[in-house]
Amino acid sequence: MRRIALALLAVAALVVAGCGSDDDDTTSTAAAPAATASATDTTAAASGQIQSNPDNAATTITVGSKNFTEQKILGEIYAQALRAAGYTVDTELNLGDEKTALKALQDGQLDAYPEYTGTALLSFFDVPTDKLEGVDSQGAYDQVKADFAKEGIAALPPTPFTDSNEVGVTAQTAQKLGLKNISDLKGKSQDLTLYGTPECRQRRDCLLGLEETYGLKFKKFVPVDPSLRHEVLENGDADVSIVFTTDPQIKRDNEVLLADDKHIFPPYNSTFLVKQSFLDQAGPDLAKTVALVNEGLTAPAVQELIARVDLDKQTPQDVAKEYLTESGYIAS
Amino acid sequence: MSEFGGAIDFILHQRESLAGGTQVGGSQLLPLIGKHLELTGVSVAVAIAIAVPLGLWLGHVGRGELLATSIANVGRAVPSLALIAFFVAYLGVGFTNVTLALVLLAIPPILTNTYVGVRQVDRGTVDAARGIGMSGVQVVRRVELPLALPLVMGGVRTSVVNVIATATIAPLAGVVTLGDPIIAGGVYGDEGRLGAAILVALIAVAAEAVFALLQRAAVPRGLRIAHHTPGGIT
Repeated sequence: MRRIALALLAVAALVVAGCGSDDDDTTSTAAAPAATASATDTTAAASGQIQSNPDNAATTITVGSKNFTEQKILGEIYAQALRAAGYTVDTELNLGDEKTALKALQDGQLDAYPEYTGTALLSFFDVPTDKLEGVDSQGAYDQVKADFAKEGIAALPPTPFTDSNEVGVTAQTAQKLGLKNISDLKGKSQDLTLYGTPECRQRRDCLLGLEETYGLKFKKFVPVDPSLRHEVLENGDADVSIVFTTDPQIKRDNEVLLADDKHIFPPYNSTFLVKQSFLDQAGPDLAKTVALVNEGLTAPAVQELIARVDLDKQTPQDVAKEYLTESGYIAS
Repeated sequence: MSEFGGAIDFILHQRESLAGGTQVGGSQLLPLIGKHLELTGVSVAVAIAIAVPLGLWLGHVGRGELLATSIANVGRAVPSLALIAFFVAYLGVGFTNVTLALVLLAIPPILTNTYVGVRQVDRGTVDAARGIGMSGVQVVRRVELPLALPLVMGGVRTSVVNVIATATIAPLAGVVTLGDPIIAGGVYGDEGRLGAAILVALIAVAAEAVFALLQRAAVPRGLRIAHHTPGGIT
C-alpha cells in the first residue's frame, strides 16, 4: 500500500512539474534572430519610472499566474514592478488553468493575477459566442469589469496586446486543402485530427465553437499539453492545432493561421484581477503601477518576451526584469 | 454531498463537464480505463520481453552485476515525464512515445529481480544440472528460470503497479488515459479529479493483489513445502 501511495504521490509531483515545463523547443537552435532584435524599440516608448513608496512595505501582495510562458512573464512583470513600488511581494506563478487560478484568488491564496478578458467572458461568465461577435477590446473589458465587480473582484484596465486562440495548420495542409478561413475546413474536417488543450473540449473559443458555430466535425480531438501545440503540427501528429496569437514567430514559420471568419475568438486582452477589498487597503500605487507597466505590453513586445524565454531559454524572471529596465520603468 | 461522495458519483454516473458542452464520468470513463489498461499491458509486456532474457543471461554468465544494478538505479531516477518530453522530438506525441517511456520505467525492477533470482539459485543445484549433462540453455530453461520465477514475478508486480500509476501522465502526450480527469481539472472538476485518482488507486491495488497470487503460484512445487514463499525485491 505504501508503495502505491508513494507512486501516486510521485505521479502527482511529475504532473505538477510537467505543467510547469513550457515549450521545450526541439528544432530551432538557430533561435529567433528577427525576434530578439527589437523589443526595446517597441517598449521604449513608455514613460515614467516606478516610484518606491515606503508606506507600501507593510502590504504583502501574493501575485499569481497560470502555468504557461506568457502568464509567467506577466506575473513576474507585475511582481517586480510592485516590488519596485515598495510593496512586499510573494509569487505563485504556476497555477494550472483559469478555474484553478480564479479559485485561488477567491479563496485568498492569491491577491491578484492576470486574466484574459475573453477567457473570463467565455469560461467564467458563460457568455455565448454569438453575443461576442463584433465586441472589441474595450467592450469586452467593460463587460468583464462589471461582471467581476459583482463578485468583489476588481479588473484593472487591460493591456494593449490581445492573445487569442488561433487555428493553425501547416503550410502544406493549407495548400493541399485550399484553406484560408476556418470555414474552409467545412467538408474536410471529418478527415482531420485536431489537437488542443484539455479544456478545449468545453470552450466556445475552441472545439465547441468550431463544432457549433462553424459546424465542423473532426475525425478526432486529442487533448495534449499546451506546450506541444507546435510540435504536434511539425511531427505530423496533428492536422489542425490550436495555437496562440503571441507565439514566437519562428515557431510558426511553416504554419498558416486560419482567419476566424465567424468570430468565435473574442478579444483576449490581459486584465490584472485584484480582490476589491485588497485593492482598497493596498493604496493607489497598486493600480497606478499596473497601469504604467501595461503601457508597453503590445503584441510584438509580448511575442518578443515569450521568444526570449521559449527560444533563448532565459527565465521569466530575467525577461520581466529586462522588460522593466528596457522600458525605463525601473532603473537598470 | 462531500467531495468524496461526489467523486464516487462521478465514477458511477455520467455528468456535464464543468463548463458544459461535453459529457464526462460514468460510462464515459470506460474508454479511458481501456486505454489505461492497454497502455499498461503493452508497456509491461515489452519490458518483460526485454528485461527477462537479459536478466537471465546476465545472471547465468554471472557477470554484469554492475550493469544490472546501474540500469536499475538510473532507470528509477529518470522521470518518465522527462522521457516523454524528450521522445516528442523523435517520435511525436502518442501511444508509441508514451509506451516507450513506460517500458523504460518498467524494465529496472524486472531486470534486477531476474538477475538476482538467477544468482540466488543454489550453485550446487546448477552444478548438479551440469553434471547430469545439461547444456547451458537447458540449465537456464529447466533449472535457473523456474527457480528464479517467483522473484521475476515480484519484479513484474512492482513494474505493473508503477506503470499503472505513471500512465496517468499519458494525456500530456495525447494518450487519453485515466490521467485525463486528473490533469484536466478545468473540464472534470475536483470531484472528477478525485474520482479518477480513486479509480487508478483501485486498479493498482487490484493488480498488486493479482500479481501477488501469480507470484505465489510461480513457486516451483518442489520448493513449496521446504521454503516459505520468497518475497520480491522492490
